[in-house]
Amino acid sequence: MSFGLVSVPVSLFPANQTNRASLRQLGPEGEPLARRYYSQKTERDLDADEIVRGFEIDTDKYVVVTDDELERLQPEKSRDIDLKAFVPEDAVPPLYFERGYFLTPESGSEKAYKLLAETMGKEDVAGIATFVMRGKEYLVAIFSDHGLLRAETMRFPDELRTPKEVGLPEKKKVPPATVRKFEKLIAGRSKKQFAGSKLQDEETEALLKLVKQKQKTRSNVIKAERESTDGKPAQVIDLMEVLKKSLSGKRS
Amino acid sequence: MAARPIWKGELKIGTTRIAVKLYSAVTDRTVRFHLLDDKSFLRVKQHMVDPDSGSEVPAEEITKGYEVEPGTFVVLTDKDLESLQPKPSREIEIAEFVPPDQVSQQWYDRPYYLGPNDGQDAYFALVEAMQKRNVEGIANWVMRNKAYIGALRAVDGYLVLCTLRAASEVLLAQQLPKPAGREPTQKEFAMAKQLVAAMEGEFNAAEYKDEYRERLLEFIEKKAKGHKPKLSRAKAKRASTSLDSVLQRSIAALKKGKKAA
Repeated sequence: MSFGLVSVPVSLFPANQTNRASLRQLGPEGEPLARRYYSQKTERDLDADEIVRGFEIDTDKYVVVTDDELERLQPEKSRDIDLKAFVPEDAVPPLYFERGYFLTPESGSEKAYKLLAETMGKEDVAGIATFVMRGKEYLVAIFSDHGLLRAETMRFPDELRTPKEVGLPEKKKVPPATVRKFEKLIAGRSKKQFAGSKLQDEETEALLKLVKQKQKTRSNVIKAERESTDGKPAQVIDLMEVLKKSLSGKRS
Repeated sequence: MAARPIWKGELKIGTTRIAVKLYSAVTDRTVRFHLLDDKSFLRVKQHMVDPDSGSEVPAEEITKGYEVEPGTFVVLTDKDLESLQPKPSREIEIAEFVPPDQVSQQWYDRPYYLGPNDGQDAYFALVEAMQKRNVEGIANWVMRNKAYIGALRAVDGYLVLCTLRAASEVLLAQQLPKPAGREPTQKEFAMAKQLVAAMEGEFNAAEYKDEYRERLLEFIEKKAKGHKPKLSRAKAKRASTSLDSVLQRSIAALKKGKKAA
């Protein structure tokens, strides 16, 4: 990450994780199945090096784009998060936000990192930057958050529709009495605080409860006799632990 | 061309109801590719196979399982999964209104526009009332077999409903340790403050566009015409020297830039 001529080498860690419990597809004997790509023409399964990436320019007509070409298309300094401007922290509408990441300092850049995080926090500003990651350009807003830097990737302005594009009707002046009626309605339901604990993932909770209940009946439980060779194991990465390690300056 | 609503429902505040249509506020402009077989250049198909024998397992023989421990699955039937679906409803229930700063930036997920369905008075009266009182509504609704919690906001005179992430899906900075290492000096803080001030401005979304996407589409267009555009590899960057001297040079460079402009 760079601001002015100062560069601060950082690592990015996701600040969001999905709760969605993933279900595996099982065969008749309970063996975990694998997804395979095959050719329409020969009906034979394809290896990774027999598959290319194509952009459809017309029905069933494609332009092939290679990994190498994609990489070369990335602008110079593409991996740099180049802070272009600092803006008041509340000036960035959250509708732009897509996904959050924590930035942690690489070893040796802790001082510059702290300098930036603390200065941004004191001045109540967010940094705006663009950078390229895994073949996509991102616009990010960087916030100082409890001594850490947090990046929120943003949608580009042309990815957010305007009310006009959606076709919403022209704004209409309404009688003040009607507005007052709604103000009263709001006042009666206004709270000073909103507890995040209300944001429960009831869907996942219900699924896990059902799983536990079904587990009691032996016929519902399948033990795969063979170890799946390429089926990805349900490896749960503890993001918190990874981040803590990174912030303590120790290498993982 | 006007967008098509993806869902129709009713905003419900107490006993007051406002008929609304819901539209996606997002258009995805990511350049999407298809996977092709490198000989026929036809789109690849996918199927599920037994990884040991390599033979295909037809859809009707596949069951779904939740892995409780490595290699052990609890089978869930379609009926089981259906029983988990929330009860269908057309109501977007607004139970409470809160100051906007009570809804953390990290919770916002996906925005939708709400438009009036029949009467417009109630819709625009709610927008105006929310703006006047500077509040966001907390909304609960079920759409396409999924329960959502969202924030209802008045944005530029219209209602926007933004889905919120579950608290358990968000990592918080306050749960993390502060980075190790030395503290910057007072002099460095003073210079950093100066540098930030020199780079401060307003947030103007229109200034930013996806240049990489443009380059990629341009390249594809040229390649489609049979040209083979030359691409040069990105250069590596030099490492910087002492923080103090780099800050000083940055401020000097910015001052110079301002004078020239």
